[in-house]
Amino acid sequence: MDWIVHKLWLIPALPLLAAGLSALLRQRQRRLAASLAIGAMVLALGLSCMAFASALQHPGHGAPVRQGVNFFWFQYGDPQASGAAVWLGWVLDPLSAIMLVMLSLVGLLIFIYSIGYMAEDENLTRFFCFLSLFAAGMLGLVIANSLLLLFICWELVGLTSYLLIGFWYHKPSAAAAAKKAFITTRIGDLALLLGMVWLYSQTGTLLFYDGGNGCLETSALARLVTQTTVFGMAVSTGISLLIFCGAIGKSGQVPLHVWLPDAMEGPTPVSALIHAATMVAAGVFLVARVYPLMAAHPASVAHVPGPLQVITWVGALTAVFAASIAVAQMDIKRILAYSTVSQLGFMMLGLGTGGVAVGMFHLITHAFFKALLFLGAGSVIHGCHEEQDIRRMGGLRLLMPVTFGTYAIGMLALSGFPLVVSGFWSKDAILHSANGWSVSHWPFYLGAFGALLTAFYMTRQVCYVFLGSARSSRPEEALSGSEPPQVGCYEVHESPAVMTIPLIVLAAFAVLLGFVGTPAWPWLQGFLNGQPSAPAPNALVEPEVLRLMALSSVIVLSGVALGWRLYGRRKRTEGIEPDVLERIRPDIFALLSRKYFVDEVYEASVIHLNAWWASACDWLDSRVWASVVLLASYAVIALSWLNRLLDEYVVNLGFDGGCRGLREGGTCFSRLQSGRIQSYLRVIGVGLAVLVLLLMWGCHA
Amino acid sequence: MTQLTAYLLVSALLFAIGLAGALTRRNAIIVLVGIELMLNAANLNFIAFWRYGPHAYVLTGVMFVIFSIGVAAAEAAVGLALIISVYRHYRTTNLDQIDELKG
Repeated sequence: MDWIVHKLWLIPALPLLAAGLSALLRQRQRRLAASLAIGAMVLALGLSCMAFASALQHPGHGAPVRQGVNFFWFQYGDPQASGAAVWLGWVLDPLSAIMLVMLSLVGLLIFIYSIGYMAEDENLTRFFCFLSLFAAGMLGLVIANSLLLLFICWELVGLTSYLLIGFWYHKPSAAAAAKKAFITTRIGDLALLLGMVWLYSQTGTLLFYDGGNGCLETSALARLVTQTTVFGMAVSTGISLLIFCGAIGKSGQVPLHVWLPDAMEGPTPVSALIHAATMVAAGVFLVARVYPLMAAHPASVAHVPGPLQVITWVGALTAVFAASIAVAQMDIKRILAYSTVSQLGFMMLGLGTGGVAVGMFHLITHAFFKALLFLGAGSVIHGCHEEQDIRRMGGLRLLMPVTFGTYAIGMLALSGFPLVVSGFWSKDAILHSANGWSVSHWPFYLGAFGALLTAFYMTRQVCYVFLGSARSSRPEEALSGSEPPQVGCYEVHESPAVMTIPLIVLAAFAVLLGFVGTPAWPWLQGFLNGQPSAPAPNALVEPEVLRLMALSSVIVLSGVALGWRLYGRRKRTEGIEPDVLERIRPDIFALLSRKYFVDEVYEASVIHLNAWWASACDWLDSRVWASVVLLASYAVIALSWLNRLLDEYVVNLGFDGGCRGLREGGTCFSRLQSGRIQSYLRVIGVGLAVLVLLLMWGCHA
Repeated sequence: MTQLTAYLLVSALLFAIGLAGALTRRNAIIVLVGIELMLNAANLNFIAFWRYGPHAYVLTGVMFVIFSIGVAAAEAAVGLALIISVYRHYRTTNLDQIDELKG
């Protein structure tokens, strides 16, 4: 085993240390906090690259090589009887290696970008503290070899997500969004916890891989699939579905997607890092990690396992659902947020139909180009002085050339523009596997429609923001008369180099990463599955592959063309005017722009029910329980009065009387001792006389 | 009435006078005088019982009484010294006023 496997814990520990140290810094020590966080990330990136190299050196033969260290955490109960030990551990396999490199690289770039973006915020120290804490949690999550350790890190990233969404907590909307994100993901996490407990009760271990005894290894899986629970469902299916609920919450799948768009209230680097590139992908990663459990089915049954079907359907529905909402949004970050939800749906679709490699390929490429898009959006927002409404932008291509260039690459990657960008290859892999799914063709159709919508809304957004001519910024300023209309949003400026350089690096990755997983040389897929792969250019020209590539190219190009036709050619100079779609079909546009009224439905159902239940509990509390408590307290008061009377008039009086008697008796007797010697003598004399008389009387007798 | 009875009567009278003096007088010196009287009554009793007793030729009674008188002299000296220091302290020899030891 390599040195790096033993030291793998250092990768999350370094950012954790940086977070701890910067928590101790003062608000003014901004430079130190930033350098701590970035230094820790650089070191983590170096270690991650070494881990990646180590994973590369051990090519698997048919199955991925897993090297890990498990350690004893604590023991509960009596070891001889029913108690058991809890073990944690970390593992280095292709999956965690590639995630480590992706996370630390994207994280580092976003950290650097944050210096520029957050330059004017007075709480930079706190920001970097939270970011480092997040990086620690996320890096720990991917190397975890125990569902328990994974869950701990999972909750840690959930916490930092909450903290960072609510970073500007003085804004009520940000505080509300933070709470919404935290509570919504908690619903999924509860299911995940239940699944974890169930898994533990069935297998007695939460380690994924433990030399044949782990819960994802053959013996445990064989046991899990043979046992059945309610409705004849295999135990593995039940556990998988519960774990998948956790992934639904974290990855913003339908129906728990509502928190992710609201999470855009946080600073843009946070949106890029947590709510686009990494944390929301944790759900996808979780499914990939426990894929053997999800895919487990009895050998006798040939059909696709139930959990994978559920994952596929949820993913496909989410992909289309969120993409259609994104079409009608006006906030630059919300469009990207819905596109993230949609792309996460694509990843789930890929996982469900094509396995780990397909989903993870899209996860990796998406992380880069979505981080790029968010950082580009941040750059636009920064340049336009916190303006987020795309209707008030326009013509930025000349004013912000670097941002425009990189954003265009990101947009092409997200749309899946043929051949040149990574998004095309990863999305193509998903569509390809969806096409070959044996259960139904509908996920493929949904995915293809989602791809069309993606190309369309991204074109729309780019047209609004960068193309056309500049629109005046705000209505009140447009109306303010005497001065000539401003050119551009305000004084629009290109962002500083500290922000543009990460954009350029990410753009390079957004283009290049696609070539690690093309059908001509599916290196990444081979790496993840532990099978050596070699360049096979002929695979590209196989009729089926070629047909699908052509189809997806046509879909993407028609989406782009449609967007261009509707939005690109028009010169809009006025500030706020109705969207083109809104003029064509106002009813559908309203439905989409209100996000299918999901929030309203939740408001009317879950939240209303919850509020009703809370007020019912409050009524019960204030009426019934309060009166019971009041009665009890009156009874106690009455008893204490009784007690007091008893004390005062029985115990006290008796005792006082006794004391007084004793004192008076003492006074009486003390008079005898007068101190006069003669009175004593007198007594002695009387006594003597009595004695003499007695004696004489006795002699007589 | 034998001679012994006469002596005993004299001694009882002497004792009664001494006792009365010790009990009734307020002056500490008179009380001391009364006590000496009672002591001498006892000595007289002693010598009378010896003189008319069965072994009058042994000088034990005389010896005893001479010792008793010596002790009484010492005791009178101590008593007078006490009275003098009490007087110095209280500026009185009235026993009714010297009642510090009362309860």
